[in-house]
Amino acid sequence: MIRVVLPAHLRTLARVNGEVELQVDGPATQRSVLDALEDRYPMLRGTIRDHHGGRRRAFIRFFACELDLSHEQPDAPLPHAVATGAEPYLVVGAMAGG
Amino acid sequence: MSRVRVLVGTRKGAFVLNADGKRDQWDVSGPFFPGWEIYHVKGSPADPARLFASQTSGWFGQVIQRSDDGGATWAPVGNQFDYATEPGTHQWYDGTPHPWEFARVWHLEPAPGNPDTVYAGVEDAGLFRSADGGQSWAELPGLRTHKSGPDWAPGAGGMCLHTIILDPARPGRIFAAISAAGAFRSDDAGQTWQPVNRGLHSEGIPDEDAEVGHCVHRLAMHPSRPEVLYMQKHWDVMRSDDAGDSWHEVSGNLPTDFGFPIDVHAHEPDTIYVVPITSDSHHFPPEGKLRVYRSRTGGDDWEALTRGLPQEHCYVNVLRDAMAVDSLDECGVYFGTTGGQVYASADAGDTWAPIVRDLPAVLSVEVQTLS
Repeated sequence: MIRVVLPAHLRTLARVNGEVELQVDGPATQRSVLDALEDRYPMLRGTIRDHHGGRRRAFIRFFACELDLSHEQPDAPLPHAVATGAEPYLVVGAMAGG
Repeated sequence: MSRVRVLVGTRKGAFVLNADGKRDQWDVSGPFFPGWEIYHVKGSPADPARLFASQTSGWFGQVIQRSDDGGATWAPVGNQFDYATEPGTHQWYDGTPHPWEFARVWHLEPAPGNPDTVYAGVEDAGLFRSADGGQSWAELPGLRTHKSGPDWAPGAGGMCLHTIILDPARPGRIFAAISAAGAFRSDDAGQTWQPVNRGLHSEGIPDEDAEVGHCVHRLAMHPSRPEVLYMQKHWDVMRSDDAGDSWHEVSGNLPTDFGFPIDVHAHEPDTIYVVPITSDSHHFPPEGKLRVYRSRTGGDDWEALTRGLPQEHCYVNVLRDAMAVDSLDECGVYFGTTGGQVYASADAGDTWAPIVRDLPAVLSVEVQTLS
């Protein structure tokens, strides 16, 4: 089970509280995790990455295990601790006011 | 008894304001979608319980929300706005080519005859249509791909398609307006378009009376007289008596003819409203006095409406989609400010009172007249 932490606005949009737990078939990668997330919560499509090709939105970052994964290849394996659920995968809105 | 429902979009959420026909006691609900920019909320004429809202964020992009119970509950619908053909380029602020990129939905226009049909005007300028209640969207690409498209340029707020008017008397006729390209008309349900900007003069563009390039802020029409259009341009209040084929200025005795919204009285096609703003470098009212101006002659002769509006130290703006009228016997007029006030007049503008004073900056105001 993979744990995903969403920013507050996306938790509201998806109507979830706290972490999301996802079952991912096959290797745990950023793409497979986000695919599973969007399958479970279709209203999140387009809010984290675009509708085509999965390009990350400019003000979104991906963190895990104290690492910034935002610029890693989407099909690269996630850290073992994320794949086993020991650590969450964090979807983060860029720190900015407004 | 009739009642009204005012739909308010703000920088930080949507609000729904309800009153009976007297319009003196208001029930305020919201914020809906707190923290998100709500560019526009509008109800379907075919089913007033159905509302559409454009919810946007610089972080998370575009969401479209729909309510089927008059705004009590909402659910997200489709948010995929793909240009139908390869996006080309338009001009950037410095005149260089810039790729067309979807940013947000500025305006939602539900169709009169079918609650599942709704149009969306977007930035970068394009017109989309949904025939399934907002679940899916298809562009009508004839507008964006007009041969003048590479010459269009953004206004300060972005290159937005902000006005959509569906001609009630002539099915298939659509008017659209884009900052800063101008006004356009289609007579074939959006398949092909022609610029309708003859008579406009704009400083700040190389050719002051060019076919396109004008920063049109808003168009308005009275449904009983669809060949007459009113326009608040960046500067100048304009009128067309031939469905946009030609325009003439009707700024008359306005203290300044810069502004954003323009609207028409529900029962008097010659009674129109604007909110003069000092200039494009001072986005606040002249002399710190918030005044709506009304013309009962279709322009040129204007009177200031001030009763109940702040007449000192007022430096708010009223944005292009932030004025609306109801259709009760005594026409109600509503507008919202960037200072978070929503003002209402239940007597066609003679007197005003705030419904709310402290909302986030108001982006849009619409009103539904309900029986």
